[in-house]
Amino acid sequence: MDIKEYISSGILELYVYGALTEAESREVSQALKKHPEIRQEVEEIEAALQKLASAAAPNYDADALLASIKRKLSDKSGGTVIGIEKKKETNWVSYMGWAATIALLIGLFFVFEDRNSLREQLNSEKANNAQMEQQIADAREDANKAEELLAVLRDKNVSKVQLQGQNAAPGAYAAVYWNKEENKAYIDAKELPEPPRGKVYQVWSLKLEPLTPTSIGLLEEFAADNNKIFTLENANESQAFGITLEPEGGSESPTMEQLYVLGTVAAAP
Amino acid sequence: MQQDGLILELQNGNQRAFERIYELYSESIYGVIYSILNDEKIAEEILQDVFLKIWDNASSYNSDKGRFFTWILNIARNASIDHIRSKSHKNKQKNLTADNFVDILESKSNFSAKADAIGIKKYIEVLKPVCKKLIDLLFFKGFTQKETAEELDMPLGTVKTKNRACINKLREMLVE
Repeated sequence: MDIKEYISSGILELYVYGALTEAESREVSQALKKHPEIRQEVEEIEAALQKLASAAAPNYDADALLASIKRKLSDKSGGTVIGIEKKKETNWVSYMGWAATIALLIGLFFVFEDRNSLREQLNSEKANNAQMEQQIADAREDANKAEELLAVLRDKNVSKVQLQGQNAAPGAYAAVYWNKEENKAYIDAKELPEPPRGKVYQVWSLKLEPLTPTSIGLLEEFAADNNKIFTLENANESQAFGITLEPEGGSESPTMEQLYVLGTVAAAP
Repeated sequence: MQQDGLILELQNGNQRAFERIYELYSESIYGVIYSILNDEKIAEEILQDVFLKIWDNASSYNSDKGRFFTWILNIARNASIDHIRSKSHKNKQKNLTADNFVDILESKSNFSAKADAIGIKKYIEVLKPVCKKLIDLLFFKGFTQKETAEELDMPLGTVKTKNRACINKLREMLVE
């Protein structure tokens, strides 16, 4: 190292000011410990700056101020300044220990909190996903059902029977799509009111002369069914269809006072 | 002159060492604090706080990091700046413009016996304006080299060399 050049670079002045970065300061500290000339230079710079700063100081009673400082120190410790010595050191060490422990606990707490909130987030994402999957499955199922219904409507073997509201429910309406070849009746019950608790709709195939009702099934889980299309087996030579409201489980014969809708099958051309 | 043994004693909690440190540094530190705050009463309070901190935190001084004087200087500048930022100061000093060390020296009539302030005052009067600014920012206000370069719109290296020249002048004058 060219010591003269180093000294004249002006780095030592900045070092004494505290204007260098920490890394730069450490380098100068090293150089200063190795080279007495550098140390000498630093001492002189420092002395000059101290004189300059002292000149800017107002007049003050240095002794009185020192006494006041010492008073504050012993007030803080509850003893003499000398007494502070040991107490101070142990306090400091235990304080540092406590501070470190608290800092660690706070840190752990935040890590824990973070983990918890991440886990919660993950769980809610998972739930969201499951919900989405369910919705997709439902939509797919609905689409399949719709396609199936379209196929039913388009089938040339299907005849549509309109069931009109009767005395028990003048506003009600239903339709039966009957596939005679496959012995299937699709009941469209969208315009039927929701059955009261403990009651169920029962679908009847009717022969007219003499009037002979045959149960072809119940519209189970009416409220839960979205499209209100029910598929029932019907192997009868039906002339009419009717839907009555019956006690849960259905009845042997229809309760005619609770006949909601009724419609006759158009005579085959 | 930095007395490493003295500092070690201070770090061991020796009261005499503390008193000696106070003798060595209190006036110059007071000058720095006063040049930032421009209020004798408040500067005295801050000076006391600084020495309480020196006692409390002496063990955190490490000579690998820098000079003991620089360490104290930083405590003093930080304490002064903290005070300026505090509410009480803002309320009180709203209308006062800050003086720098040059203004203080030039307007000073009552010098302490210890410092050769009359000589310094003479020198300050002929000190180049750029030197006044450099010393004010770097020493009294605690700006970094980079901050000073930006403040004075000066290349980083120029801050270093110009300041060196200024301090050399100051030292010449003090030797005379």
